[in-house]
Amino acid sequence: MMWLLDSLLAGWLLSLMSGPLGSFIVWRRMAYFGDTLAHSALLGITLGFMFDVQLNLAIVLCAVFVALILASLQRQHFIPSDTLLGLMAHTTLAAGLVTLSLVDNVRIDINAYLFGDLLAVNRDDVITLAIGSAVVLLVLSRMWKGLLAVSVSEELAQVEGYQVGRLRLLFMVLLAVVIAGAMKLVGVLLITALLIIPAAAARPLSQGPKQMAALATIISMLAVAMGLGLSYYFDTPAGPSIVLTSAFFFLLSQSGYRLIKQN
Amino acid sequence: MNDYLIELRNVSFVRQGRAILKDVGLKIHRGEIVTLIGPNGAGKSSLLKLALGLETISSGQRIIQPDLRIGYMPQKMTIPDTLPLSVKHFLELAKRYDKSKLMSVSERLSIIDLLKRPMQKLSGGELQRVLLARALLSNPELLVLDEPVQGLDVSGQAELYHLISDLKDELDCGILMVSHDLHLVMAATNKVICLNGHICCEGHPQTVQNDPSYLELFGRSMPAHLAPYTHHHDHTHDEHCQHDHSHDHDDKGAQ
Repeated sequence: MMWLLDSLLAGWLLSLMSGPLGSFIVWRRMAYFGDTLAHSALLGITLGFMFDVQLNLAIVLCAVFVALILASLQRQHFIPSDTLLGLMAHTTLAAGLVTLSLVDNVRIDINAYLFGDLLAVNRDDVITLAIGSAVVLLVLSRMWKGLLAVSVSEELAQVEGYQVGRLRLLFMVLLAVVIAGAMKLVGVLLITALLIIPAAAARPLSQGPKQMAALATIISMLAVAMGLGLSYYFDTPAGPSIVLTSAFFFLLSQSGYRLIKQN
Repeated sequence: MNDYLIELRNVSFVRQGRAILKDVGLKIHRGEIVTLIGPNGAGKSSLLKLALGLETISSGQRIIQPDLRIGYMPQKMTIPDTLPLSVKHFLELAKRYDKSKLMSVSERLSIIDLLKRPMQKLSGGELQRVLLARALLSNPELLVLDEPVQGLDVSGQAELYHLISDLKDELDCGILMVSHDLHLVMAATNKVICLNGHICCEGHPQTVQNDPSYLELFGRSMPAHLAPYTHHHDHTHDEHCQHDHSHDHDDKGAQ
């Protein structure tokens, strides 16, 4: 049972970060951007193995690097943004898979990294996540106003004297930290779902940005608990189970909202 | 009046290989309203963005008073539906926000009743007042307004221009604005700059009004306040504008 507790704690700590950051992703229409960074996580892991860097750190560095490449590529005008994101997402995923096969003294379970592995989460991960989410929440609460101002209007924020470039970079780093943290639990392919589905479910129920971030966090925590429960009793994969329960909450909030609107 | 808030000197702006502005000069003093007019694509908004520092000038100089407080009212703003944001939330995002200032500005612009309304549910005129309120929260020395009365009916336009002119006196700030229609801004404006990639003509509206080249530009039918008028800009850009061209403004400002 202890491993289940560790997974639950890890999931909840993750929710504390993914609720607010997922809301920002929804507001800023950056779902595909988040997805692209998530796809690069596998490459981060292999590079971490190759150069003997702590894996979480390697994921964060790799994701920030990809984000910077994206930012510089987006300055040209010949390739549309969505094409560029798809290109980067799959190139980095492919690069991750290829380099992984080249590192021969490492035998890792690809499935676990792509779809998450409940059993892989241990006490050390929980502690790392606790520190990570404490830092992320602290930074978020201090930079909240600036990040929101930039999401509403970059031009206005810049004229008013916000450090728009720095805030944008900060957001990428925070996102990279969440991705590194979510990797073990839900896997590369489902991280974006964990970020955007609870936020989307929270939207119809929210009157303000902070409220939406808080609601997204709560929904995410509920989904983690229910998803892990499902996974435990029916022996289903953990990541997908959590994502499915999130989607269930999304449907619930949508239909609830429509019912209220009709009456 | 000798110290100016901002000056653009011989500024040119090229975007993606296309020359948008050529050799434009602009100076704004405290207590002065400068209005940019000109046809679509004349570079009015680009000039504003250069003045604001949102775009980088290709050549020339931008000289700005150190720590100048700027208030900017963009032409339009769409808040995504995914973001639940009331007017109050929006105003609180101003960098220099404080609560008492928010209340006094909201009162001044009569938007107290709107504070709880979602940003997405404002009418055009309401949104303009809210955007102006946000600009005023920076306690600006320079107020930059991009087509502030766009989409308002004539009485609404007159009212807003009146308000802007009053605000200029209250704040003792300089104002740079873009306008589509000339008639309504005439009274309050100290200086009009007619732009079409370069400066065609500029000056105090009263003096310019009697200038033959101005009459050439805008037609002689100035008293016809209530009739739509047209002027054409179909000349090529040479260094010294001969003002022998006519203009075309689709002016929806007049009744």
